Parts: sequence; structure tokens; C-alpha cells
Amino acid sequence: MFTDDWNDLTPDQRLAARLDAWQNAPIEFAAPEVKQAYFDRVQLWRDAIALKKPAHVPITPWIGLFPMRYAGFTGHDGYYDYDKLAQAWDKYHADFQPDAIAMTLAMVPGKLFDILDFKMYDWPGHGTGEDTSYQYNEREWMKDDEYDLLISDPSNYWQRYYVPRMFGALEPWGMLSPFTDLCEIPFTAPFFVPFALPPVKQMLQKMMDAGDAAMEWLQAFLAIDGKLMATLGIPSQAGSSTKAPYDILGDTMRGTRGLMLDKFRRPEKVKAAMERLVPLAISWALRSADVNRHPIVFIPIHKGADGFMSDEDYRTLYWPTFKAVLLGLIEEGLVPLVFAEGGYNERLEVIADPDIPTGRMIWMFDDTDMARAKKIVGARQCIGGNVPGSLLAMGEPAQVDAYVKDLLGKVAGDGGFMLGTGVVLDEAKPENFRAFIDAGRKYGAGA
Amino acid sequence: MSRELTEAVSDLREADALRITDELLESGADPLTIVAACKEAMDVIGQRFADGQAFIPELIMAGEIMQAISGKVKPHLASQPAEERLGIVVLCTVQGDIHNIGKDIVASMLGIAGFDVVDLGVDVAIPTVVQKVRELHPQILGLSGLLTIALDSMKATVAAVAEAGARDQVKIMVGGAPVNEDVCAYVGADGWGKDAVAAVQLAKSWVGGA
Repeated sequence: MFTDDWNDLTPDQRLAARLDAWQNAPIEFAAPEVKQAYFDRVQLWRDAIALKKPAHVPITPWIGLFPMRYAGFTGHDGYYDYDKLAQAWDKYHADFQPDAIAMTLAMVPGKLFDILDFKMYDWPGHGTGEDTSYQYNEREWMKDDEYDLLISDPSNYWQRYYVPRMFGALEPWGMLSPFTDLCEIPFTAPFFVPFALPPVKQMLQKMMDAGDAAMEWLQAFLAIDGKLMATLGIPSQAGSSTKAPYDILGDTMRGTRGLMLDKFRRPEKVKAAMERLVPLAISWALRSADVNRHPIVFIPIHKGADGFMSDEDYRTLYWPTFKAVLLGLIEEGLVPLVFAEGGYNERLEVIADPDIPTGRMIWMFDDTDMARAKKIVGARQCIGGNVPGSLLAMGEPAQVDAYVKDLLGKVAGDGGFMLGTGVVLDEAKPENFRAFIDAGRKYGAGA
Repeated sequence: MSRELTEAVSDLREADALRITDELLESGADPLTIVAACKEAMDVIGQRFADGQAFIPELIMAGEIMQAISGKVKPHLASQPAEERLGIVVLCTVQGDIHNIGKDIVASMLGIAGFDVVDLGVDVAIPTVVQKVRELHPQILGLSGLLTIALDSMKATVAAVAEAGARDQVKIMVGGAPVNEDVCAYVGADGWGKDAVAAVQLAKSWVGGA
């Protein structure tokens, strides 16, 4: 870990240790001034998180396929051709010099999903066009009568029921026994019998092939990010991810519609499942954060947005387990960065929860009234985001400039703000993105 | 008893609503009164939604209950004169986008409101939309999308309908998370809605139903 006495440290000490490790990462920088630029950029993040006034407003847009298109490539190129991905990432970061690296993690390896016959999403060449992003296939990947299986043993549920539906190549996993069957010597051999079956052997071969594809991707990804850090002094945006328990169920397990119906038909099961998922959600982020030595935990949230449930349901159903995850991460010295897609206007009072210590997380908003967000949430936590994807895709540079000017004027004056996009950006006119960056520098300098 | 049914559906008491439907059918009640009770319930829920007292889960649950009731009533409707329909709506998520939730809620609510909805699905190729508009002569074409890429698809779809000479025969509505007044103008649609209730109001206003 970061120190020998980690278990004795307070959450504040852990946070400081993690931020120090990020800011002083052992990178071989191209020049001393690049090292300083990296240090200074992390300092912008530190100041914004601590609700202080940074040297300038950090510019940290959410980036999807935009760099690929900006460089003249397609979505398919981004998921399959690491040379083109590297060229596009180099060009985007050199041209715009943002204060965080675009999320390379979201540029997923198409080859891996080909090998595993991934069913849960479509991607270019597999259900969507050449130049689209990957897209989720909304359906009930977890059945309505499987809550007890999930609650009693999540790992077993994942391995033997959920994962075989997610990946065609992993269907044979359902033929295996739960690993918890393994304990005493006489019970061991039966566990291994299914491994002799041809479909299981084929599955294991495909998993090894997928491992090779994942390793190839990881090396490309580390080379791309490593170069950007070492030559441009730009830090990466996050070191781990997790999700709100309600979203784990609603996004890719029961599906949006399925979980909404469960709220009426089996509310106690939904609550029990969410509670079961809390420690898993914390552990997921913690393991990655420790390996990557990066304190920011990326948490995209979806199914608690305005309109998706009543205020009462948000308070009683969505927030309690999400709050438990946030507090668990903060206890470990991590900084949750919540990306609240859609509108979050009705939730501001709830998420400004006084139980969450001040200056310990970041709320990135999308279609939310930022002046209200600043007043209600910004008094306790760093906020950011909000510049609409539709404006960057369809508007004109002057409109973008005016929007950013107005936004920064309203919310950035006393710090605790990060300029970002309201969406993960796939489409934008280059001149509009340029206007976004330029306006951020112009109106965010000394703001 | 149809009053009880309206209340059970609008309060989302699924088991009660289905039980009352069974009782009404067994007692020989006119199946059209059951349909009318459901429409009334949907009006109540629609109003609650507009007032910020009901949300997407309530709309979906109400649609689910009404679909189950409709399944029970349908066999009894065969000998009945057809109920009055408000018009045909062709609906889809546009090319390049596979998000279906918003579109499905709109389809369900338009159907309950009295429209014949032809749902073309998701990621629908532009020629397919044009062909269906020409073939079915809908009063309304609804285009849905969540991604920003959908905005250009909407624009291209509207343009293709115009090129096919059908633009003045159909009202076009657009909807989805990134859609607003500017998007509506950009894609060349006749109107837009923030949610499914707005879509139903807009559709009714176009066919003179409200």
C-alpha cells in the first residue's frame, strides 16, 4: 500500500497519501517543465476537490469517440486499430491540452468482444454502423425470479447465470459447479468433471484468447496514456470505476423497465439485492485504485435521474445504498467522481447529504441547473460538467463561447468547479470544441 | 365497478385491477366500459405525471397493467363494433441508435390514448421509414433517439420523407434526451416532446383529439 501503517491512518490521511501518490507518480517525463505541468494539473484537481480556488478552472471534458472523428477515423477504428487510436489520442491532446486524459478505458477492444461473442452490447461491425459508439442492448439479463440466487451468493450468480448470458462463448460456465463446493478431498474430483467436457474446454480456450486480446489492449492503452503523461504532462482522469447498486441492477441486470416493475412487485428483494451489492461495489473500485495509484473513482449514474423515480423513491430506494458506497470509498481515501447523466435537479437536496464529509468528492452534472447545483451541492462538494453535447454537435462557436462564459460566471468564481461536458462526447464540430477549450481558458483564468 | 377499476389501475394495484377486470367480464359487463375505465386511469396517471406526482416507473407499471387487462378483454371485443381510433402513428428510434425505452413508453401511451401505433423498432434505416410512411399514410411520424448521433439521423430521415414527396402528408414529432426546441428546428420536425405525456398531448392536438 501507500504506507506501512495504512490501517492506522484516518480517511483524511489516506486521501492525502493517495493524492500525493497521484501527483508525484513515478513517470519519466520528457522535460522538467512537463513534470511541473503534470504536477500543476493534479494541483488544479486537488484545489477544486478541496473547494479552493485553483490557478485556473480545470478543463476536464468527458470524451468518447470525438478524437477519432477529429482525426478523420471511425468508431470501428477506435475499437480495433490501436495505431489509429494512438494517432487520434495524440492529436486531440496535443491540439487541445485538456487537464485530464480522455478516457482511454472507454475505447474498448473490439477483438475481445468478438472472441467472447459479447451479447450485452452492439458495437461497430456488430449490430451498429461503422462510425457509432458501442450501445447497450436493453433487456432482462437477470430474470425477475433470480433475486434470491443473486442475494444468497452473488459470485455464483454472476458466474453461472449472468455471465453465460452476457457472453455466448461463456455459456458452458453454467455447466460448472459453484466454487464453494471445493473444500474436503473426497468432494474435489466431482467438481472437476465438467472441465473434461468439450464445450468447457473450448470455453477455456476462448477465455485464454480473450486474455491475450485484453493484454494487447492494455499494453496499447498504457503506451498511449503513458506517452501523454510523459510528453504533455496531462494526468489521467480516473484510476478506477464503480456504480451505484441501483444502477448495477437497473443498467445491465434487470434492465430499466424490469427494475422499475420490480419496485412495485418485489420491493424488498430489490432492497436486499442492493444491500448485498454495496461491499462488492466498494471492493471493485478499491482494487483498481490501489493498483493504478490514482484516487479518482469514476461513477456514472443513470437510473435515479429526474423523472426516473419519485423523490421519495430516490431517498428511500436509490440513495441509501449509493451513499454507503460513497462513504466506503471516502473512508479508504478515495475521491468519488459521480457523473450524473440526465437531469439531477430534483436530487440536489438529497445528494448534498451532510453525512458525506465536505470536499471529498466531485459531482459532474449534465442537464442540471448549475446555479442551483452550486448553491446546494457546491457548498459541500466540487461540481462540474454541464456543457451540452447537442450544443457542441449542432451549435456555433459563438454560442459555445457564450454558454461557457455564462456557466463559469455563475458557478466558478470561488473555486470548487471543473469545466466539463454534460455527455461523453462522440459528436462535436471541431470549431465548437475549440471554442469550448478557448472559452474555458479565457473565462476560467483566475476565475 | 368500472370506477373501482379506474382507481385500481391509476393507483397501480395490479392484482386488484386484474381481479376487477375478471369480475366485470364474468358478470357480462360491456368490454368497452373496461377499455374506457383504463383510458380514464391513464388520463389520471398522465395528469399526475404532468404535475410531478408520477414518474416513468408509474407510467411503465400502468402500461403493464393495462396490457394485461387488454389481453383479457380482447377475446370479448371481437363481436363489438370497433372503438374509435385517433389515427396512425409510425414510430421508431432512428438509424444509428438502438435505445428503446423512451420510444416504448411513448408507443404504449399513444396506444392507450387511442392511436394505432406502428413501432418500427430501433436503428431503423431511413428508406424503411420512408417506405412505411408511403405505405401506411400515418397522420404522425415519431422519431426517437438518445445519442447525439441520432440528431443527424433525425434530420436525414425528415429530409428523406420530404424528398419522397410525403412531408406535407405527415406531422413529424421528435423526442429523446438530447431533444429540445433547437433540435426540433435543426432536424426540421413539426414538434417535440420532453416526455411521453407531452408526446400524447402533441399527437392529440395534431389530430384534433384534444
